Amino acid sequence: MAWKKTVAAAVAAIACIAGSPGAIAQQAGTQFIGITGYRVGPYGANGAAFFGGFVDYLQLINQRDGGINGIKLSGEECETEYNNAKGVECYERLKTKSATGPTAIHPMSTGITYAIIDKAPTDKIPLITFGYGRTDATDGRVFPWVFPIMSNYWDAATGIVKFIATKEGGDANLKGKKIVLLYHDSAYGKEPHAVLEAEAKKLGFELKMIPVPHPGNEQQSQWLQIRQYKPDWVINWGWGVMSATALQTAQKVGFPREKMVGNWWAGSEVDTEAAGPAANGYYAASLNLGGKGYPVVQDIEKIVYGKAKVGSNPKLIGTVLWNRGVAAAMFTVEAVRKAQEKYGKKPVTGEQVRWGLENLNIDAGRLKAMGFNTMLPPIKVSCQDHGGSGQVRFQQWVGNEWKSASDWMKGDSALVRKMIEDSAARYAAEKNIKPECMGG
Amino acid sequence: MLYRESGQFKTSYAADQQLFPILQDRIGVLTLLAVALVAVPLLASDYWLTAILIPFLVFALAALGLNILTGYAGQLSLGTAAFMAVGAFAAYNFQLRIPGIPILVSFALGGLTSAAVGVLFGLPSLRIKGFYLAVATLAAQFFIPWLLVKVSWFSNNSSSGVITAQPVEILGFVFDTPVRKYLFVLVVVAVMALAAKNMVRSAIGRAWMAVRDMDVAAEVIGIRIMQTKLIAFAVSSFYCGVAGALYAYAYLGSVEPDGFNLDLSFRILFMIIIGGVGSIMGSFLGAAFITLLPIFLDIVLTDGAIWLGLNLPSGTTSMAQLVVFGALIIFFLIVEPLGLARLWQIAKEKLRLWPFPH
Repeated sequence: MAWKKTVAAAVAAIACIAGSPGAIAQQAGTQFIGITGYRVGPYGANGAAFFGGFVDYLQLINQRDGGINGIKLSGEECETEYNNAKGVECYERLKTKSATGPTAIHPMSTGITYAIIDKAPTDKIPLITFGYGRTDATDGRVFPWVFPIMSNYWDAATGIVKFIATKEGGDANLKGKKIVLLYHDSAYGKEPHAVLEAEAKKLGFELKMIPVPHPGNEQQSQWLQIRQYKPDWVINWGWGVMSATALQTAQKVGFPREKMVGNWWAGSEVDTEAAGPAANGYYAASLNLGGKGYPVVQDIEKIVYGKAKVGSNPKLIGTVLWNRGVAAAMFTVEAVRKAQEKYGKKPVTGEQVRWGLENLNIDAGRLKAMGFNTMLPPIKVSCQDHGGSGQVRFQQWVGNEWKSASDWMKGDSALVRKMIEDSAARYAAEKNIKPECMGG
Repeated sequence: MLYRESGQFKTSYAADQQLFPILQDRIGVLTLLAVALVAVPLLASDYWLTAILIPFLVFALAALGLNILTGYAGQLSLGTAAFMAVGAFAAYNFQLRIPGIPILVSFALGGLTSAAVGVLFGLPSLRIKGFYLAVATLAAQFFIPWLLVKVSWFSNNSSSGVITAQPVEILGFVFDTPVRKYLFVLVVVAVMALAAKNMVRSAIGRAWMAVRDMDVAAEVIGIRIMQTKLIAFAVSSFYCGVAGALYAYAYLGSVEPDGFNLDLSFRILFMIIIGGVGSIMGSFLGAAFITLLPIFLDIVLTDGAIWLGLNLPSGTTSMAQLVVFGALIIFFLIVEPLGLARLWQIAKEKLRLWPFPH
C-alpha cells in the first residue's frame, strides 16, 4: 500500500512541522514502538493509567536522553478496547508501520496475548507480557518470542498463599483453613486454578473457586455463597470494576477486608478509590510499588510534564498502574539498549530486540542508576526463564495510599517451575515444537 | 442502459431457473469472484488480508447462517456465537483426537456437531415464537460457553480454557500465510454461499419462507412445521459452526469460550438487520458494514486528528468512532429499514430504466 505510506509520511511530516505536543509520530531513523492500548471500555481506567505511564516514560527517554544512544523513539497507539478481535487488528496494523516492526508488543490483555501468541514467531515480534498472559511461556525454549517478564500468575497465586501462611503463622497453620478464590470468569481468571489446587493438596487447605461473570459489577450471589461457606481468606482475582465491587459487597456482607488478598491486577488505586472506605485494610500482591518517591517518577514529572508539557495525565503520576506502565516501557527500552550493544546503534528489529530481552539483566545497581530504586526487584532473564524474577511484594490499602506490607518474596517456585515445564511440554507436543534455546 | 435484460430470451426451463437469470449479473458475480480470487491476493497487503478481509468473510458466513434461520425461516435467534463456539471447539477436538483426520472433514464434523446442538436448542421453537424464542436461544448463548469452560476436556485441559488451532493442511499443502488463509476462507465461504443461494430457492427454502410468513397457512397447505423449523435450525447452526471453525483456524488462531459471547451474537444479528433480513447478499453487505466501517472510521479519525495537529489520546478517537458508527447505523435504518440489500435492489431497478426512467 504505497499510497498509505505516503499519506502516513505526509501526516508525520505535518505533525512535526506543527510541533504537535505529545504525538510521538513516526519518523525515519527512529525506533518505532507499536502500542496496543486501551483507554475506553470497562477496563479503560486501568488501561489509561498503564499506557499513560508507558508513553510518559518513552517521552522521558526522548526529552531527557535524546532517545536510546541517540536513536529517538517514535510510536503509535492503537485502541483495542480490551477486545481480542480488535487487538488482532491493531497488532496487524502496527506490525507494518515501520521497517523495523513495532519493537515489542505489550498486549496488556491475557486474551489478546493468546490471540497473537502463535503469530509472533512468524512475524518475528517479541511479546512482553508483564505479569499476565500465558504462564507457561516462561519456558523460553518452547516460547522463544514471549516474555512474561518478572512474575507470572502462578508466582502470584503461590505468593499469595505464602503471604496468607505468614499471616496465619506458618504453612502448618494453613491445614484445614478455608480459602475462596473469587475470580473473573475469563482466561485471565482461570490461570491460577491448577496451581492453587496443587497448593491446596500440598498444604491441606480447603479451596473453593467462585466465578464472577464479566464485567463483575453484580456480585450478590457470589458473596452470599461466601457468607455461607465462611472462609478464612478470600483471594480476589479481579480486574477492572470487579475488584471495587468485590470490596464493596464484602463490606455489605460483613467480611473483613483484612482477610482479602488481591493479585496485582486487583491492587491499584483504580480499584480501591472506587470502592471508597470499603477498601480499607485490603491486601494486594504487587509487581511494583506505587508512589512518587523514585527519581524516575520525579524526572518524568519535572521534564515530561513540567518542561516539555507532553505528559498524559498528571493525576495518574505515581499510581500503581502508572508506575507499572513506566516499568513496562523501561523493559522495552532496556531490551532495545541491550540489542544495540550487540547489533549497533541503529533502530533494531524484532529479532534483535528478542535477543536483547533474553539477555536482559537489570540488577539493583542498574535499577538505582535508572532511578527505579526499590520500585522493582532485580531481574535477570535467560532462555530457560523468560520471567527473570518470580518475586512479588504485598501492600495494604490504608485509606489513601498503598503501604508496603511485606518484602519482595517468592512463592513456591519449585512447584511453579515444574508446572510451567509440564505445561510448556504439552504445548510443544501439541504444536510439534522442539524445545531449544534460540540464541542470537 | 448497460444493465438491462431485454433481448435475453429464455428458451428452456433450465435457463429460466438458473441462479442468476440476467447475463449482466452472471458477469458481475464471476468478475467479483475473479477479483477476489486473483487480484486481491496479488494486491492486498497482509494487514488487509488478516485484519480486514478474513474476518469480513468469516462474519459474512456466520451472518449467512443466522439469515437462513431468522431471515428465511423467521425464527429469531440470539445464540449465533454459541453455535460458532460449538463449531470451533468441535473441529478442534476432532482434529486433536482423531489422528490423521483431514481438516475439511473436521470442519464438516464441527459444523454437524453445531447443527445437532442447534436442533436441540431449536426444539422450543415448536412451541414458542418471536421474542420468547429469542430468549430460549439466549439460553444456548449462556449455556454453551459455560459448558466449554466447565468441562476442561473440551479445551484439552488448557489451564485457561483457551484452544490453539492446529495448522490447516490439505493434501500436504499448508495454509499458513495470510494469502493462503484468505484463499482457503474465500473458497469455503463462496461454496457455502452458493449452496445457500440454491437452498433458499429449493422446496425447503420455500417451506421456510412459508413458515416465516404465516405458519398456520403453511401447515394447512401441507408443510410439516416441525421438520421445516428444525432443518432451518440445523442448517443455520451448521453454517455458524463452520464460521466458528474458520474464526478459530483462519482468523484468530486461538480462541477462548468467552470470545463467543452475547456481544458477538448481537453483532451478527445487527449485520443481518443492517444488511437485509432474508437476503444472501445482505449477509455480506451487513458483515462488511459492521466489520469494516469501525476500522475505517478509526483510521480516518486517528489520522485526521494527527493531521489537524490535535494531540488526542487514542481513547478519544475510539469514542468518537463509536458515536459516528452509531449515528450511521441509525441513519441507514431510517433511510432504508429493509437493509442495504434493499438499497442494492432499488439501485438495480433504477439501473434497468436508466437513462430513460419513463
